[in-house]
Amino acid sequence: MNKALLLGNEAVARGLYEAGVTVVSSYPGTPSTEVTEAVTKYDEIYSEWAPNEKVAFEVASGACIAGARSFCAMKHVGLNVAADPLYTLSYIGVNGGMVCAVADDPGMHSSQNEQDSRHHAIAAKVPMLEPCDSSECLNFAKLGYDLSEQFDAPVLLRLSTRVSHSRSLVTLSDRVEKELKPYVKNPMKTVMMPAMARKAHVVVEQRTKDLTQWADTTAVELGVNSIEYNDKKIGIIAAGTSYTYAREAMGEKASYLKLGMVNPLPVNLIKEFAANVEKLYVIEELDDIIETHCLKIGVSVIGKERFSLLGEFSQDTVRKALEQDNPPFVSFDEDVPPRPPVMCAGCPHRGIYYALKKYNLYVSGDIGCYTLGAQAPLAMIDTCICMGASVSSLHGFNTARGTEQAKKSIAVIGDSTFIHSGITGLIDIAYNKGISTVIVLDNSITGMTGHQNNPANGFTIKGDPTTAVNLEALARAVGINRVSVVDPFDIDGVRAVAERELAAEEPSLIIARRPCALLKSVKHNPPLVVNKDKCVGCKACLQVGCPALYQTVNSDGKMRAEIDLNQCVGCEVCAKACKFGAITKGE
Amino acid sequence: MAQVKNILIVGVGGQGTLLASKLMGKCFVDKGYDVKVSEVHGMSQRGGSVVTYVRYGEKVYSPVIEKGEADIIIAFEQLEAARWLEYLKPDGILIANTQRIDPMPVIMGAAKYPENILEKLEQKGVKVISVDALDLAVKAGNPKSTNVVLLGVTARFLGFERDMWIDIIRSTVPEKMLDINVNAFDLGYNA
Repeated sequence: MNKALLLGNEAVARGLYEAGVTVVSSYPGTPSTEVTEAVTKYDEIYSEWAPNEKVAFEVASGACIAGARSFCAMKHVGLNVAADPLYTLSYIGVNGGMVCAVADDPGMHSSQNEQDSRHHAIAAKVPMLEPCDSSECLNFAKLGYDLSEQFDAPVLLRLSTRVSHSRSLVTLSDRVEKELKPYVKNPMKTVMMPAMARKAHVVVEQRTKDLTQWADTTAVELGVNSIEYNDKKIGIIAAGTSYTYAREAMGEKASYLKLGMVNPLPVNLIKEFAANVEKLYVIEELDDIIETHCLKIGVSVIGKERFSLLGEFSQDTVRKALEQDNPPFVSFDEDVPPRPPVMCAGCPHRGIYYALKKYNLYVSGDIGCYTLGAQAPLAMIDTCICMGASVSSLHGFNTARGTEQAKKSIAVIGDSTFIHSGITGLIDIAYNKGISTVIVLDNSITGMTGHQNNPANGFTIKGDPTTAVNLEALARAVGINRVSVVDPFDIDGVRAVAERELAAEEPSLIIARRPCALLKSVKHNPPLVVNKDKCVGCKACLQVGCPALYQTVNSDGKMRAEIDLNQCVGCEVCAKACKFGAITKGE
Repeated sequence: MAQVKNILIVGVGGQGTLLASKLMGKCFVDKGYDVKVSEVHGMSQRGGSVVTYVRYGEKVYSPVIEKGEADIIIAFEQLEAARWLEYLKPDGILIANTQRIDPMPVIMGAAKYPENILEKLEQKGVKVISVDALDLAVKAGNPKSTNVVLLGVTARFLGFERDMWIDIIRSTVPEKMLDINVNAFDLGYNA
């Protein structure tokens, strides 16, 4: 047997490979990103980064209509962007199978909300599988294609942070090549105009009934939904991570109904399990989906009265709720200061924020590494809603508050996020005669998700050179006449351009261009040094918020700036903040 | 081994905690155990407090380690040792790098970095193995090999032979970094 220790996300990719998938299109988003990155290692599969999740889903839709097995991956909020094609592809169905992986983030390790993507599966009326470890990631990814083709539906594969980002053992099999299914023109099936859609909806409702029956029968035979009877005083219904926590906490002190398919949910299986245990709990992270289903089919359960709607669970959560003992531990007696994430030493975003901080601007923020500029000491960001919202919501803010406010307001958005959905907001500004000033922080990479190429940086997912979106020309083409390019480390230059463009009663786009400091292609300067005779300990340099810069006690007993030689990359933003010339180039 | 062993690796994003957990994961798989290694990707990686959970045994269910469950905590930084202390079993081992990295609230003067953390932990009866791993990493040839120094220290408590670890390092790290990493492992192993 060929075993491997794979991340859940890598195991999904392996499942796609073994299932004979040939087309993959995704937009990066934590915790889903590594699925598609792992796919690039398989030469048999075409893979790409799409500009956003809607495009990715539509590319996968087209490929499955063409007769291929196709795939796309996204984080939970990405599925909101892709919801439009999802809900209608549900009516159309597939030709080759299609699976879409959606990764939830309970506890919000790297997200702006904690939504439960099972709601989308229910609302779009499509089957959803939920693996609990890497082995199931691989097997459920493959099973998804059989289900998709058997029931003529796109299938959602629900991941979560702990499943995506934990490594566990999988058994590898060979790839089974799937021949392209023939494409036959069939407007009744694939053109969703009202007349066709009304007929398709009937099919969709019947499909859900058929899938429910599958969940009660075949899913049990396949072990996708399974019952483990131990002590029958306590019965637990759970799926995914919640199952692993419950099984860990309770061992053989409870019986389990483990659900691998979370939409549609079984009916008879739950009733059978409920009849065989004394006290029945539903343990599910986030919303009360399984619990509500149980109540609907007349099975009474204990769910959210004991378990929170918020955050991540663990074995500890389960033990507490089920009144079991938790292990003893030792505590540290003093306050431990928090360690929030920060922009890296040498991050180009820091230069822009530091340069603009003195103007006291309203800053409409967006999703990316630059969101970290919301924290002290830069504390620049006023809002962060969703991908692309910085640009369009700035237009709304300025429209509501008028011209003078617009001269004190900017939007900041990264290159990848701008392509994702910032450009449509910019079109809105130009078309509707707004005067907003938008800054694209172009660091030539999709940063926060771990360095993915994007349509603006000139490289494909595999690192091959390709055409790059010309941001300057794009802005001009949509009607922005004032387009400037600045170097974010040129603090005076940034200020001069920002003052000029904020004053203009016309829309402006400023492109702050400098590649991410973590890119291998970026050459660093030697670390800077502090001249302890010149430093007066005023802390002005600390206002740039660089993790490589701090104060220590000098030999004369006074607090003086110090630079961490292992972190500093010599960007000189702090040197520009020092009025005494105490921070200088190193050797 | 019926009992699942739990190892918590904590540090600051960018310190290379993921390589240490990857090497350990490979080791435990080679030894025939069921293994789960849970990592942190994304936003927290940017200089934030990071944690990796490594669990191995006959059958591992949960991907995470909870309070009072860790047999070993490997702290890449002192403050992180204090932050995650509650996850250690009362009779567990805390392997702590003596390195201090100030978090932003401390740099800005909004919070205080507790003094003499490791001494205070020892006074509480915690079994602390403290090591200046950064210094040993520099001696090994690269400050970035701090992670492998700490792996070397940890290996002393895991009961597997040195040569097996060296083979795993050999099969994982790039050729040009191999000597540095083997040196780093041995400096930790013999420290």
